[in-house]
This record gives sequence, structure tokens and C-alpha cells, in this order.
Amino acid sequence: MARYLVNRLGQAVLLLFIVSMLGFAILHLAPGGPLSQFALSSQMTQEDLDRITSQLGLDRPLPVQYADWLWRMLRGDWGVSYRDGEPVLKIIGAHVGATVELMATATVIAVILGCWIGVLGAIRRYSIFDQLATVGAMVALSIPTFWFGLIAIYLFSVTLGWLPSGNRQTVGAEGSLLDMLHHLIAPALVLALVETAMWGRFMRSSMLDVINQDYIRTARAKGLPEWRILSQHALRNALLPMITVAGLQFPTLLGGALVTETVFTWPGMGRLFLDSIGYRDYPVVMGILMFSATMVLLGSLIADMLYAVVDPRIRVG
Amino acid sequence: MTAIYAADTVHLSPAQAAWQRFRRHRLAMAGGIIIALLMFGSFVGPFLLPFDDKFINIMQRFSPPLTGAHVLGTDELGRDVLARLMMGGRVSLTIGIVAMVIAMAVGIVIGTFAGFYGGILGAALMRFVDAVLCFPAIFLLLALAALIEPGLIATTILISVTAWMSVARIVEAQVRALRERDFTAAAIAFGSSNMRIMFKELVPNAMAAIVVAATLNVAKAILLESYVSYLGYGIQPPAASWGNMLNNAQIYMTSAPWLAIAPGIAITLAVTSFNFLGDGLRDALDPRLDIH
Repeated sequence: MARYLVNRLGQAVLLLFIVSMLGFAILHLAPGGPLSQFALSSQMTQEDLDRITSQLGLDRPLPVQYADWLWRMLRGDWGVSYRDGEPVLKIIGAHVGATVELMATATVIAVILGCWIGVLGAIRRYSIFDQLATVGAMVALSIPTFWFGLIAIYLFSVTLGWLPSGNRQTVGAEGSLLDMLHHLIAPALVLALVETAMWGRFMRSSMLDVINQDYIRTARAKGLPEWRILSQHALRNALLPMITVAGLQFPTLLGGALVTETVFTWPGMGRLFLDSIGYRDYPVVMGILMFSATMVLLGSLIADMLYAVVDPRIRVG
Repeated sequence: MTAIYAADTVHLSPAQAAWQRFRRHRLAMAGGIIIALLMFGSFVGPFLLPFDDKFINIMQRFSPPLTGAHVLGTDELGRDVLARLMMGGRVSLTIGIVAMVIAMAVGIVIGTFAGFYGGILGAALMRFVDAVLCFPAIFLLLALAALIEPGLIATTILISVTAWMSVARIVEAQVRALRERDFTAAAIAFGSSNMRIMFKELVPNAMAAIVVAATLNVAKAILLESYVSYLGYGIQPPAASWGNMLNNAQIYMTSAPWLAIAPGIAITLAVTSFNFLGDGLRDALDPRLDIH
């Protein structure tokens, strides 16, 4: 187990290294660097631009810039934002809470709803419910998240006036839990749509795998009541592989959060990323890329470890 | 495998058997028909419509659907929404299909080489693919899209740049498995060149998986185009795409909701259809996966 862990961690570090090089290369090789933002102002002279360039260290060769950035990052200095001079880690820290809140809520909704739909679909395979759920899942996976968000805003905010159309809390009523929940409902449900469809599909096939196993037949032969077979024998085993699904789902969830945050002006990391790209704020963009890549890798690592812990048949190493 | 195969192909060639299985998949059939209709509407429709998608008529702005000459109404500049939807469909469907073709070509070649030769190069390639796939496509796409001159060609290439990797992964796995099969050994014993083995023996045998991946990739590409254009980094106005029509629509959500509804339905319809088509093709082309 320890060897496997070291191995996986080594792989993860290697992947992060590739991600960082790739991200750095993309950002710095693309035409129109951060200076194009300053150059828009007519009062900027070429000398000013040159001075800013050397201040930001952008006149050095790219490998030198990368090595410098990497070395600082490893020591916990992720640089400062070009936009407002705040440290990148502080900016990310200020936004990560909102994203985690949104993603966690959406995941809880998706797991509960998705598992319920999946289990029911598997038990009543090919029933009307199962067929509707299968078609519905496919449609849910095909709807653009942002459009679903727009429709939700139109229905529940504009027409019915039940829910706020964006933001995390009402200005002037900060800190009220009820107010925050009220703002959370719509974006969390929108983000949960795709997740629910995925969980439902995986849960259905996992449950189908399990209920055709010998030990289920044994349980039936023993004369156990059906609900007990399903809840105690089948469901518990069908839930195991879902741990892996949770790990695999993470990138999709993060991408969905970015889009959902944009539609609902949710002050999280996704919107920060988009704003920073608009301002060509490289240190922040790189910071978010590295931060989310780390989260994704850690997520899949934890999922694999957890799976090995709960299912003794899986041997890692 | 032979038992399953023999059961429903007694008198049928494999292609006929696949068609039979495909026809049973009603949703895939419906998907195919809807795609054909959307294509017809987008590519032939504009010629049949008396309105130009870029013709601005301020007097007629925000006219609601089904009231007068404009069937789907007009937008904030008085342009006909149906005409824009059709021209936008040209852009979105073309991007979806062209991006898929590029992504497939790159993914098949790289996946085949990595799967066939393996070794350090193959491993390095697949680790690179793993690295990129480990974070959300939309992050990568936006980081790239924001930094170059946006437009039709740039958007198409960017989407294929982010999409070839999942294809490479699928093809690599297939080729690696097929390489161990007897017919490959036979081809090697026969003295075939590596190129011939890869592209005349292995790739055709992986075709079922490739076709399914291609179909699902079109769906993904259309969806990605809509995300990028919606966020303002894809197709630029005045040209229409289904994604950028929604970018404008958000501002007028309260007063002119029809601007948001039509393009969204078009995207959902197209993506769902390609997804169902891919599902049906999977069942039809690969009898081993047939669970019915």
C-alpha cells in the first residue's frame, strides 16, 4: 500500500509538472501578452511599456521565466496578480470557498437523486420509468449548462420571482444563512443536472451488475424479503464502484462549475478564471490551472485509495 | 461471441446485421433523422427564406415570434431569428463535424502509433494525454481561445486540439489489444510492413469503436463551440453561431426570452441526436456490447 501510494504520488507530481509546462507555454507563447492590456491606453509610451515589461520580468527568456516561476511556486510564492497586485494564493483563497460550496451542494443533490434513479431503473429494468430515465439522462448530458441556467433564471427569477438571479448573497444582508441558501438553490440545481445524469447511468449499470450475482440469488433462495436483499446485499455492493465514479467526475464538475458561475455571477474560481483570462492576468490563470489540476489529481488518488480500503478484493501495489 | 453472432445473422452479412440492430434502436433512428433535418434546414434553409441573417431593421426590432412575417421573431437589431438560427446552424454543425474529422485523424494516427510501438514513446504520449485530460476541457479551451484571434477556423482547430486526446486513448487501447491477436501475428508472418499492419489490419478492426467515438465527438464539439462562443471567445458577431446567439440573448432575457429559447433548443436537439446516434451505432456495430 505504501509503495503504491508513493508510486501514485510520483505520477501525480509528474503530471502536474507537465500541466505547468503546458500552461506556461500556452500563455506565454500566445500573441498579445499582458502588455496588450496596457498598450490600449493612448498615454502609454513605448518606454513605459518597456519598463513594465522588465518590471514584470517578461523580457527574460521563457525557460528562465518558467524556472523562476516554478521555483517560487514550490516555495509557496505563487506571484502577484497583474491586475491589482494581490498575491495569487490570497485571491484564489478568497474565491475557492464559493466554488467548493457550489460543487459540494451539487454533488450531494446529484448523488442522492442519481443513485435513487439508477437503483430504481435497475430494479425495474425496461419499465416506463427506466426508459424515461435513460432518455432523460441523455438529454440532460446534451443540454448546454449555461442555457439550462438561463432558462432557470427566466423561469424562477424573472417570471415567478422565487429565486434570486445571481450572486452568492444579497448586498446588505451578508452572513444570513437563509439568504445564502436562497441564492444557492438555482446554481446548485443547474450544476447538479449533468452530475445527476452521470450518477444515474453509472448507478444503474452498477446495480444491474450486482443483482445478477450469485450471492443475490443465494439471498433470494434463503427466502429473505426483497427489500432486504436490495438494501442490504445489492445496494451496499453496488455503491462501491461509485467511489471511482466520484473521482472520475471531478473534472466535469469543475468545468461545469466554471460555466454555472458565469451564468449566475457566482463569485467563485470559475468566474475568477474567466475574468483573469480576459485581463491576461497570467499569474492568476496559472495559479488556478495548477490549483485545479492538483485538486483533480488528489481527487482521483483519494477515490482509488478509498476504493481499495472499502473493497478488500482490490489489491493495490 | 460466435453464439451471439450466429443467432441474429443467419442469412445476413455483418453490415446487414448491423443495420438491423441499428434500426431496432428507435432513438438512434430518430437522432439520425433529426440531424438530417437540421442539416437541411441549415444548409438549404437560408435559400428558401426571404430574410437575410445580417439584415438590420431597427423598425422591426424585438418583434415576438409568430406575429407577422418573422416566424421566430427578431432580435435586438431587427434581424430575423430564424435566418440567424439557420446560418448559425451552418457554423455550429460545420465546426462540430470538421473538428471531429481533425480530432479523429490526429487521434487515430497518434493512438495507433502509441498502441502499436508502445515503448517509451508510446508511454510518454499517453502520459501527456493523461496530463491534459486530467483537467476540464473548458479550462484548456478558454486559456487557448482567449489568447488567439477568435474566428471560425481558430475555434474549429482549438476544439480539435482539445478533443483528439480522448480519441487517441480509445484507439491506443484498441490497437494494443488487437496487436496481440492471431491475425496480427499472421500479418507479421506474412511479411507485411508495419505501416500496412497498422492501417490495413489494426485500424479497420478498431473501426466500430472509432465510428462511435467520432459520432460522440461531434456532439461534444457542438457543445464546446456553444460554451466558448457563449463566453465570447468563439465565433464573433455579426456572424451567427448557436453559441454566440445565446451570448446576446442573456441581456434581453426579461423582454425577449425567445432569443434565448430557439438557439438553446437547437443545440440541445443537435447534441442529443448525435449522442443517441452514437449509442445506436455502438449497439449496432459491436455485437459483443449488445446487452439486449
